[in-house]
Amino acid sequence: MRVIFNCSKIDSLRSKVDLLRLPLALSTKSISNCKSQLGVVWDKGGLGTGVARKLRPPPITDMDNESTYSGYSYKSSHSRSSRKHRERRDRHRSKNRDGSIRGEKSVVIQAPGESLLDADSPREDDRDDNWGETTTVVTGTSVDSISNEDLTQLSKDSEDSSALECRRYISPALGAILGFVSLITPLAFLALPQLLWRDSLDPCGMPCEGLYISLAFKLLILLISTWALFLRLPRATLPRFFVFRCLLLALVFLFVAETDYRGIVGYAASLVDALLFIQYLALVLLEVRHLQPAFSLKVVRSTDGVSRFYNVGHLSIQRAAVWVLDQYYSDFPVYNPALLNLPKSILTKKMSAFKVYNLGEDNSTNNSTGQSRAMIAAAARRRDNSHNEYYYEEAEVERKVRKRKARLVVAVEEAFTHIKRHQQEDAVTSSPKHPREVMDPREAAQAIFAPMARAMQKYLRATRQQTYHSMESIISHLQFCITHNMTPKAFLERYLVPGPTLQYLDSNRGRQWTLVSEEPVTASLCQGHVFSLRRLDLSLIVTVTPLPFLHIAEEFIDPKSHKFVMKLQSETSV
Amino acid sequence: MSFVPGQPVTAVVERVEIQKLRQGENLILGFSIGGGIDQDPGQNPFSEDKSDKGIYVTRISPKGPADLAGLKIGDKIMQVNGWDMTMVTHDQARKKLTKKKEDVVRLLVTRKSLEEAVKHSKGCYPKP
Repeated sequence: MRVIFNCSKIDSLRSKVDLLRLPLALSTKSISNCKSQLGVVWDKGGLGTGVARKLRPPPITDMDNESTYSGYSYKSSHSRSSRKHRERRDRHRSKNRDGSIRGEKSVVIQAPGESLLDADSPREDDRDDNWGETTTVVTGTSVDSISNEDLTQLSKDSEDSSALECRRYISPALGAILGFVSLITPLAFLALPQLLWRDSLDPCGMPCEGLYISLAFKLLILLISTWALFLRLPRATLPRFFVFRCLLLALVFLFVAETDYRGIVGYAASLVDALLFIQYLALVLLEVRHLQPAFSLKVVRSTDGVSRFYNVGHLSIQRAAVWVLDQYYSDFPVYNPALLNLPKSILTKKMSAFKVYNLGEDNSTNNSTGQSRAMIAAAARRRDNSHNEYYYEEAEVERKVRKRKARLVVAVEEAFTHIKRHQQEDAVTSSPKHPREVMDPREAAQAIFAPMARAMQKYLRATRQQTYHSMESIISHLQFCITHNMTPKAFLERYLVPGPTLQYLDSNRGRQWTLVSEEPVTASLCQGHVFSLRRLDLSLIVTVTPLPFLHIAEEFIDPKSHKFVMKLQSETSV
Repeated sequence: MSFVPGQPVTAVVERVEIQKLRQGENLILGFSIGGGIDQDPGQNPFSEDKSDKGIYVTRISPKGPADLAGLKIGDKIMQVNGWDMTMVTHDQARKKLTKKKEDVVRLLVTRKSLEEAVKHSKGCYPKP
């Protein structure tokens, strides 16, 4: 047990060393460019530990000739505090300082939750993961508007603005104001004549009462639907209906003195009708159209080929990207960089043993391709036995993992038999004989951890998971399982199967993704689109295919038509 | 040997006369039959046309009466003592063959080699 303590200490120390190291050169230009344009801001709500870690000099790159970074930046930060505020849907315009729009648009998506991976990345991973841990980096540049953007601005999904932390609240606030105003305009219609021109109004009888009632209910429904729709989609309704609402607002002030109060009330009622219909339109366009599946997205992770298929409706590329990321965190098994494809011993043997001599030819341009082609052809002709080694090595590894898994399962089963839940009535019977020590779950977990610790450690090493589970986490998981009366198998499921990435996330910190696409990111999904979501160490390639059009024909089968005959072949001897 | 419904069936047949052998109480012929209009013709290994529901000889007991008479395995039985065997059920065929009162059966059987022999011999002779 002492040995294990030391190992875990070393692991934790190693991770600390990784964190404190200064960033090295970043691998991708786009990320470096992002960084150069980024301001470092606090995480929303001040979560995360990062004060000292943020003080890093940005790499010195010329951001003007960056080809991949341009376009909109999409900031999605998830406020776990209230699910109703889907602030993930906030879109903020990122303005490029040089004002040019390239063909490839890349959008930066901020998603919450930081993987434990980054904190404990293996030592050979030199890339600078750490800057993403606590800094919720946002884009500080902007794009100038061009015709493309003007068009997209009129579409429902493109309200972008430069994003600082507080600006994220402006859009719902603005929308709230507009919604409120649109609600009170009918009331203003009713109230203002009463207040201002009370004397010159015709008396309004029963029909007005009816109109008042209908107006009241419609306003109530409008209020509820505005709250329901709008607070979930703070940005989406605004671009399209901004103009309309402004118009309605203006109508309040363009008020012509009317003595026909009943006409005014009727007018207000129809105004409310119009607003309700707008809400309905918003609902249909923004929600219903998105729900009906129309496309199938294939998401492939570039590092290890894990793929999933999802069905989505008619979304824009950025919405689809956000949705895919949501599913990624809960569907994809966590990426373990320690599990490589081929062991190095096999890969190195594939190096060709042929030497190619250059006999002094002048056309050096053709030389390299000719040379490589010759080498490839020679390598193809040579009998290649490395698949053999790969096969046996993989079988060996699998056998080892299975053996250790068997030992682990047995050890855990035995360990769980050492404790049992203490019932209150047992206290009476057992106290005179031998007083059993009554423990709380934490102590019980620590007590039974000892016999299985070694087997657990060996198994985690065999499956390269040891960085994800510290001793502390194992003990707390054990405590959790004991408290909830779980069986050993339930305790082990966390370790035997690599869980979804969500399981390993630390929800305090943000996660940075970059959306890279050749089409503008506010364009609707179309067949054949390919876009990718990049992180530092992996990327997700998303391919869009339309769902097939189904011809479903109907056929009626009469239940009486089910008849059968025997297939006989008898042989009789005579 | 396939037939077209409504058209007469023509075949080259061989006459086989089998004397029944008395074994205890039974009169046996020494072969087995398969097929019939109530059977599945697709499982017949001897027929060329797998929709042929005729009666076929599926097994010959060696040195039995049928073997001695020259019946061969795979023969299709067209007539038994004048009774037609091309459109009968399996049980009807059995009954026609195992009548207790008869101790000899005269079969008309056909097989592929007969057709070929006739064709071959036809080809040799010059046409008049």
